[in-house]
Amino acid sequence: MDNTQLAAAAAALAPASEIVQGKQFVEISVSPGHLLSTATALKENTETRFDMLVCITGMDWGKELGVVYHLRSTEHNHMVVLKTRVSDRENPEIDSLCPLWPAADFHEREVYDLLGIKFRGHPDLRRLFLDSTWGYPLRKDYKDDINILAR
Amino acid sequence: MEEAVINLPLEEEEYIINMGPQHPSTHGVLRLVVSLRGEMVQNVQPHIGYVHRGIEKMCESLTYPQIIHLTDRMDYLSAHINNEAVSLAVEKALGIEVSDRVKYIRTILSELTRIQSHQLFWATYGMDLGGLTCFFYGLRDRELILDIFEETCGGRMIVSYNCPGGLMNDIHPNFQKRIKEFIKYFRKTLPEYDRLLTGNVIFQERVKGLGTINREDAIAWGLTGPVGRASGFSCDIRKHNPYSAYDKVTFREILYDEGDSLHRYKVRMDEMWESMNILEQLVDNIPEGPYAEKMKPVIKLPEGEYWQSVETARGELGVYIVSDGNKNPFRMKFRSPNFVNLAPLNLLAKGFKIADLVAINGSLDLVIPDIDR
Repeated sequence: MDNTQLAAAAAALAPASEIVQGKQFVEISVSPGHLLSTATALKENTETRFDMLVCITGMDWGKELGVVYHLRSTEHNHMVVLKTRVSDRENPEIDSLCPLWPAADFHEREVYDLLGIKFRGHPDLRRLFLDSTWGYPLRKDYKDDINILAR
Repeated sequence: MEEAVINLPLEEEEYIINMGPQHPSTHGVLRLVVSLRGEMVQNVQPHIGYVHRGIEKMCESLTYPQIIHLTDRMDYLSAHINNEAVSLAVEKALGIEVSDRVKYIRTILSELTRIQSHQLFWATYGMDLGGLTCFFYGLRDRELILDIFEETCGGRMIVSYNCPGGLMNDIHPNFQKRIKEFIKYFRKTLPEYDRLLTGNVIFQERVKGLGTINREDAIAWGLTGPVGRASGFSCDIRKHNPYSAYDKVTFREILYDEGDSLHRYKVRMDEMWESMNILEQLVDNIPEGPYAEKMKPVIKLPEGEYWQSVETARGELGVYIVSDGNKNPFRMKFRSPNFVNLAPLNLLAKGFKIADLVAINGSLDLVIPDIDR
């Protein structure tokens, strides 16, 4: 499917979402409440069939934190970007996508480690790279005392 | 250790050993906490982060030409291909079309990189399984490629030869001659690898049926590169989304259905032949043209998000740039193939002996700095 068909298919599958055409891919923005249902629909539908989770990126947009999912269909060779945002910076929580794609396991642990976003339903949510005394370095308000470049 | 115990529920007669972070068979600083019953693996928990340098965080305060040099330090065996990924992403964002000369040279160097990476895999995999001769043979032949790199790029492993807009310099006059010499030599030498290791009965018995993963699981876990292709998952970015000059060459995507350690090894052996085929199609046909496009002294990407995948020697490397219009990226993310390929290790190794864990881990061909970034 090309991007216009994908956008139409996504609009049918996820009515509660906001769909924009990005520079390369169709970008589907959903609220955290609709994330799991939208992802399931995108995966199960035979026309979209997003069976591969390529990448999960944690984002800090300033006021909001969020997660960006790159999904690919190995059958149709198309890609789509799924986004979700949470405004609670103190205790951000998003549903885990591990039940859909086991690949989400390590990616979500990485996002939790570097941005402090918790994933509800993750089987083993622990910090991945850093120990528990560190802050969340990829947040924009993180104070970095060690890095020479930032100073 | 304390942390590991909490996360490994032990049953009776089970115990834990630590493999790494300073264990030679983990190829770097990977720590595997293994719970065992007798010598049978019950659970493997990878602990990573020993070489975490925060490359993604550093990128946020660097300019795009500077970031190129950091990408070498992720997967240092695919350094050239990593450079290419960032260069392609920046060029795509700016709408720059590089000359055919640049595309050809980039593709040639990518394939040389792939061969030398697979040579090192062969060398270390043989050594992991007790065949020390492999290590000397593999490194002997790898030197020839590193010499080509040294002449043209200046660096041997960490090349930093690509830059946004083209290449740092033009190629050395000896470049084509050296490559043709190498191909002639390596076509004779590669069957030697098969005689020494692939056809060896002890080796075959050792790795056959070890750490099997089927196609559906490979896709669900996102496995790419030789690991994915050994399970029959057609995931070669060079075929599916060609970049540089890959649309101008013909080559075969190596696929096996078995998905065990032996076939992960075989994919890499066959890929070396295919890489030589690609090199032969390109090396005599490098067109004339500028080796770099004229770029502005300060590169600012238009606001937006950009994604570029390339096929490194280990799988799909994705570069995701979020730009807010400044000279630094707002957010930079690398989807590293090793990070994803490490994740199913527990699934692969469960139920095998601890000695087989070494063979399975070796067949994934992990580069630890790429996992940690």
